[in-house]
Amino acid sequence: MSVIIDRRLNGKNKSGPNRQRFLRRVRANIKKTIDDVINNSDIQDIGKGDTEITVNRKDLSEPTFSHNSKTGRRTGINPGNKEFQSGDKVPKPQGGQGEGGSKGSNDPEVTEDDFTFLLSQDEFLDFLFDDLELPHLIEKNLKSATEFVTKRAGYSTSGNPANLNVIKSFEKSIGRRLAMKSPLKRKLIKLEVLLLNEEDEEEIERLEQEVEEMKRKIKAVPFIDDFDLKFNAHRKEPVPATSAVMFRILDVSGSMGEEEKILAKKFFVLLYLFLTKCYDNVDVVNIRHHTIAKEVDEEEFFGSRESGGTIVSGSLEKMVEIATERYSGAEWNIYATQCSDGDNWESDNQLVMELLEKKILPMCQYFAYIETMHGKDSFFSSDGESDLWKVYKDISDPTFAMQQVQESKDIYPVFRKLFAKK
Amino acid sequence: MSNKLLPQGSDWTFENLEIYQNVVTELATDWLGLDLYPNQVEVITAEQMLDCYSSHGLPSMYNHWSFGKSFIENHRGYKSGQQNLAYEIVINSSPSISFLMESNGLPMQVLVMAHVNGHNAFFKNNYLFQEHTDAEGIIDYLIYAKDYIADCSERYGDDRVEQLLDACHALENNSVDQYPRPPKKTARERAAVAEESRLFKETNRNDLFDVTAAKDQTEHLDNSTRFPPEPEDNFLYFFEKYSPVLEEWEREIVRICRKKAQYFYPQRLTQVSNEGFATGTHYRILNKMVDEGMIDDTFMLEMLHSHSGVIAQPDYDSDYYNGRMNPYALGFAIQRDIERMCKEPTKEDEKYFPNLVGQNWKEETKKAAFNFKDESFISQYLSPKVIRDFKMFGVNDSTADDFVIIDDIHDEEGYQGVVDKLSTTYNLSQVLPQLSILDTNIRGDRTLTIQHKMVNDIFLDPKEMPAMLSHVKRLWGFDVEIVGMNDDGIVLEHIASKNIKGL
Repeated sequence: MSVIIDRRLNGKNKSGPNRQRFLRRVRANIKKTIDDVINNSDIQDIGKGDTEITVNRKDLSEPTFSHNSKTGRRTGINPGNKEFQSGDKVPKPQGGQGEGGSKGSNDPEVTEDDFTFLLSQDEFLDFLFDDLELPHLIEKNLKSATEFVTKRAGYSTSGNPANLNVIKSFEKSIGRRLAMKSPLKRKLIKLEVLLLNEEDEEEIERLEQEVEEMKRKIKAVPFIDDFDLKFNAHRKEPVPATSAVMFRILDVSGSMGEEEKILAKKFFVLLYLFLTKCYDNVDVVNIRHHTIAKEVDEEEFFGSRESGGTIVSGSLEKMVEIATERYSGAEWNIYATQCSDGDNWESDNQLVMELLEKKILPMCQYFAYIETMHGKDSFFSSDGESDLWKVYKDISDPTFAMQQVQESKDIYPVFRKLFAKK
Repeated sequence: MSNKLLPQGSDWTFENLEIYQNVVTELATDWLGLDLYPNQVEVITAEQMLDCYSSHGLPSMYNHWSFGKSFIENHRGYKSGQQNLAYEIVINSSPSISFLMESNGLPMQVLVMAHVNGHNAFFKNNYLFQEHTDAEGIIDYLIYAKDYIADCSERYGDDRVEQLLDACHALENNSVDQYPRPPKKTARERAAVAEESRLFKETNRNDLFDVTAAKDQTEHLDNSTRFPPEPEDNFLYFFEKYSPVLEEWEREIVRICRKKAQYFYPQRLTQVSNEGFATGTHYRILNKMVDEGMIDDTFMLEMLHSHSGVIAQPDYDSDYYNGRMNPYALGFAIQRDIERMCKEPTKEDEKYFPNLVGQNWKEETKKAAFNFKDESFISQYLSPKVIRDFKMFGVNDSTADDFVIIDDIHDEEGYQGVVDKLSTTYNLSQVLPQLSILDTNIRGDRTLTIQHKMVNDIFLDPKEMPAMLSHVKRLWGFDVEIVGMNDDGIVLEHIASKNIKGL
């Protein structure tokens, strides 16, 4: 009558969908907290660990019709009378209901107003990059696919013993046995009926022999045979792979102050998180430049203390060089993000313009320019615009975008603007 | 019953769980005489237990954000050690499904299995559960409900379904049939009744003595234009059947929420008696097992440790007092008291409970559990001894005063007062506002009028009003107003959605 079942291996995370709905409901709060987090945390801490989100309980209320506790008369029974007599008047504690000074609260640490919960790292990144994508990402065509995925494709009558489908094979075997045995069994029954009614000795013997023969034939039907066997069939399907490469170009010249460098770095870290979270294989190429441009690895990109003058064209030339060398061909989606304070060597501007228009933009899916101006107008030119800004603002190519970032709190909104889903 | 010692120690295995489950069930059915649904015991992890909590213990529940919120709250409480997960959750269904946490030791699991049998018997035999719930069908119904709602979400959008569910949840307290509805008459039957009453009126007409004639004239006017003809207590029922604006699928979702509320309704009204009976059951079974030599003292000690934690009742001035009697403590005390009065009555018992003295304690404890709800359970069985044990005292609190008045205490004069007061606190009409739908103004602007029967001059909480009226308006489609009246029929409170900005 009693049954004991072990459910521990069953569906974990049954509350998953409910948590999802809950998170959706409080998205506004989550987004606000995210903005604060980006603003205030160090570069390397972004996107690590759990984030605490606070929501006002009013937004999560589940209202019902209820009594106003400040009105009316109530009677109650309490346990533990020590010295009260009937008719005693006991003053009420300050601000509390008069039921004898009970604390009432089950969790004194959490205030009435706020509901806090933890967002896991993954959930945090999901919200961070919600509704963002790399623009104009073209899916690679199938012909030159290098990746295949193996998929099930029904059953076949031949194959590898490891792929033997036992159940289907037995189904076939049952079918075959039924088909082969039924006529024999029918005959057997007929014979046995005749045998019952037969009187003649000779006939009886003959019939008994035939019955034996029938039984032998029935037994001879094999239980399982070669053509019963069924194997699971598989098929290789090509996967349209998308390949993308992101060029990160950072200006480390003398005109880029510490704050500007930090802004740029924060932006690049965000970019990197975005790429690794949302896309499977994106190559990242880092180019630092002052007067000379150099391809570097992650550590040097963020860490190196070199400085100098500014020749922007060098970095663009480097990019073209690397792109034609390593990322040529129709398979690659090329993206670039350039961070600079906009200052450039006077005579270089023309070259920059040419490189961009003639070489870079044609091969790029998207080029984003971020100008970091830490709380000041560019003092390099009298009309408030930097060199690069003047050059870039005339470009009307849809694959080009430019934005300014003045403070930490601008980074995330600008990021969202640049990579918003169309 | 053999005197063999059953497996001891602190680790459980599936083998020894099964052994104990069989022993415990046998004691419950054969020795205590309990009529049970088949038991289905499931071993789960702590996280799965949290899942259970959030979905009211039911294995299949539709999805809603409020369950996500409740999961987070419980999880946080559990993680920070502030809350112990229930050792057991058991569902009113057939088979009766109960959950054991894998982290419990063997003695705890045995205690839980015995406790669960008490709940099982209660669900099967208590009159309220028999009247209002369908244990055989609930699981299947919930699976249907979950799929239906998920389907609607896909078809009509998550937001629309969520808003509808929010409105339904808000009204679940006011959407229960307290008594079964009479079966609907067919048209033919209704015509027959109308004909019969007309004939009766004609043949028994006596103008001299007929005082109803004049009244009939005016009543006729009122009733024909008023809808509903009688005030309706069950809000979701009313909206499901009569709302002018709900679509078919929305009515079905309203119906699902109403059925769910109806299913849980008896549990609210019987918490003290249910927990008392289950705790009593596990206590009796465990002691019997000790008597029979099936478990040793160390084993029993661990169970007792947990048991005493569960029935602890902090005093009114303790930090741990939450304003109410612990249902486990109260229910268990009364159950044990009934047993005592049957077996070893005192002079006082003979005076107050002559009907229990010398009776069969097994039958009497069952009778007490199965034929009453908390309010009547307490008024029938709360004895002076239990009142003295808990040192209960009554408090009169009027919000107009800055002091409270102590009235009944645990002495001779106070007993009846304490019993009356305590049992009244378990009457839902004291705890929940009494609301019913009075009128729909069908000839006019269709404003829904809700009547609030005020008790003890207690008003409705104004903070909830904008949200609640908005929910009701969403379901009804037109404006809503609430009229609050006290016992003398004087209108003390009037709240209208027309007067609230944004509605």
